Amino acid sequence: MVLLRESKQVNNQGPDAFFITLGHVDRSFKLGDEMVHGLDDVSLQIKSGEYISIMGPSGSGKSTLLNVLGLLDKPDQGDYRFQGQNIMQLSEQELAGFRREKIGFVFQAFHLVPRLSAAENIALPLMLAGVSHLERTDRVQQALENFNLVDRSHHRPDQLSGGQRQRVAIARATITRPSLLLADEPTGNLDHNSSLEVVGVLEELNRQGITLVVVTHDSELGKRADRVIQMLDGKIRTDA
Amino acid sequence: MKFHDVIEFALHALEGYLARTLLTLLAMTIGVASVVLLTTLGEGARLYVTDQFSSLGTNLLIILPGRTETTGTAPPLTGGTTRDLTLEDAASLERSRHVRRLAPIIVGAAPVSFGQLDREVTILGSTASLFEVRKLSMSQGQFLPELEMNLASPVCVLGYKLKSELFGNKKALGQWVRVSADRCRVIGILDEEGLSVGVDMGDVLIMPVASAQRLFNSSSLFRILVEARHKEIIDKARDDIRRIIKERHEGEEDVTVLTQDSLLSTFNRILSTLTYSLGGIAGVSLLVAGIMIMNVMLVAVSQRTAEIGLLKALGAPRHQILLLFLTESAFLSLLGALAGLLAGLAGNWVLQQYFPMFPFVAPQWALWSALAMAILTGIGFGLVPARRAASLDPVVALSGR
Repeated sequence: MVLLRESKQVNNQGPDAFFITLGHVDRSFKLGDEMVHGLDDVSLQIKSGEYISIMGPSGSGKSTLLNVLGLLDKPDQGDYRFQGQNIMQLSEQELAGFRREKIGFVFQAFHLVPRLSAAENIALPLMLAGVSHLERTDRVQQALENFNLVDRSHHRPDQLSGGQRQRVAIARATITRPSLLLADEPTGNLDHNSSLEVVGVLEELNRQGITLVVVTHDSELGKRADRVIQMLDGKIRTDA
Repeated sequence: MKFHDVIEFALHALEGYLARTLLTLLAMTIGVASVVLLTTLGEGARLYVTDQFSSLGTNLLIILPGRTETTGTAPPLTGGTTRDLTLEDAASLERSRHVRRLAPIIVGAAPVSFGQLDREVTILGSTASLFEVRKLSMSQGQFLPELEMNLASPVCVLGYKLKSELFGNKKALGQWVRVSADRCRVIGILDEEGLSVGVDMGDVLIMPVASAQRLFNSSSLFRILVEARHKEIIDKARDDIRRIIKERHEGEEDVTVLTQDSLLSTFNRILSTLTYSLGGIAGVSLLVAGIMIMNVMLVAVSQRTAEIGLLKALGAPRHQILLLFLTESAFLSLLGALAGLLAGLAGNWVLQQYFPMFPFVAPQWALWSALAMAILTGIGFGLVPARRAASLDPVVALSGR
């Protein structure tokens, strides 16, 4: 697996030594008449290249934290710096640009576009970014090789196994060479062997320098991370 | 995102839900095809009528008694009644050097009988010139003889339909038919071709104008048809006619002179309006197709919520999602419109085979405006679903909540 990383220089960038800094972040939702605290005064610092797992029971706010980290959700209050950039001030379009260039997502439900082939699914972020067809083909070919999917490239998602689907999803998430990879229950829909395979792929990417944040309630998977964050009721309970 | 990729993505998406796409295309196809067909019918009617008129000759002038104007003087001494057009008026017009020939006309209805058979038909009283002026043609015998206008003669010419009604296959030439209380000898039968504007020349009896005056006991003419020498001098001929009649009618200009051109343009206007309204009616079906596109795209947005969430997570900003979905609905309408144009033109071709006499030519403006209308409705009605897609919250969209 070869992924070109330039993460080292990120550490030297500006006065903010941290890759990501969350300061006193609140995020609450209205569920019926009740206000639910997804995140309640959460502060967190992440260094470039870290491997973090976020654990906790359902409703503890771990998915909300992941969505906030991934710029899909905006905090109601607090401070969020991504590579020194104040995220709270960015427009919708600038946030989309950040997601496109710096962040990759892996979902429990894979979220592959059913009518597109594996190769086309992997190419999707490049297409949205306006990368030319020629360059896309090259990079997708490289990704298919890296993720051992060459013989599956023309198959549609419904013709792939769960493990293969998640590998396609990871290939798609990393095709733009993001610096942050966010995985929400990446093994939730997979059998044991496929899970091991997918976790292996994710950890290899982390070894190559990508910052990896995995949300899971599978303690076995969670414990593999270098740093485990336990959440409960929207607060960080332990961080080690 | 590259233009080419937007197109490809949209087409791929439409292909992914083929049945729904085809049904929507069908609605648009029917809408556009009906615009094409209905406007073709209207336009065809216009062309047909103007063609019929032109076949009469464009250097024709028609004189009607009376003047179309509104007057409002106190109780008139001379009376508001107009003077009748008389045979003498007609004869005096021959003085103008711009007039080649003219035909006075009296029209009435009278029962015509032969043996036991009796039929109420239109009686035209005129002169030999009518043959040339109205471009008639004979199937048997001859037209009215060249006579002085004021001479009656017990002869008549029958339309082909009247002839077959009264005589069937028997010989009609030389027979005497009874017209009301008079009798006349059949000297000619008109050709079947002779259907010209207004009067069905198949079902008429034509007799010398003086005979008709006696029959109807009236000296006033219904019309005078005048043929000018050329099309170019038609205005001069009209001025001459007005001047001469005015002299004869003690300074009162109490006739209306219609030219072929003015009649033609009136018909043109009426029939163009007909075409536009037909187009408008058909346009309603385009609107319906547009609403169907909106419906289909709304369903597509709710079905593809997760996909939209994914696109957002992958870094597609609002306007890109908007563009993708608008492109889809634009394609639905564009492809439907093109199919509709083809279907409409094919329909025209088929109709043309069945009715070779009638011109089935779709007006250019209708083709273009149907196409433009279709695309505009597609985009217009696509806007609501596309905006809904673009404004989805990615977190909600991805979780399927």
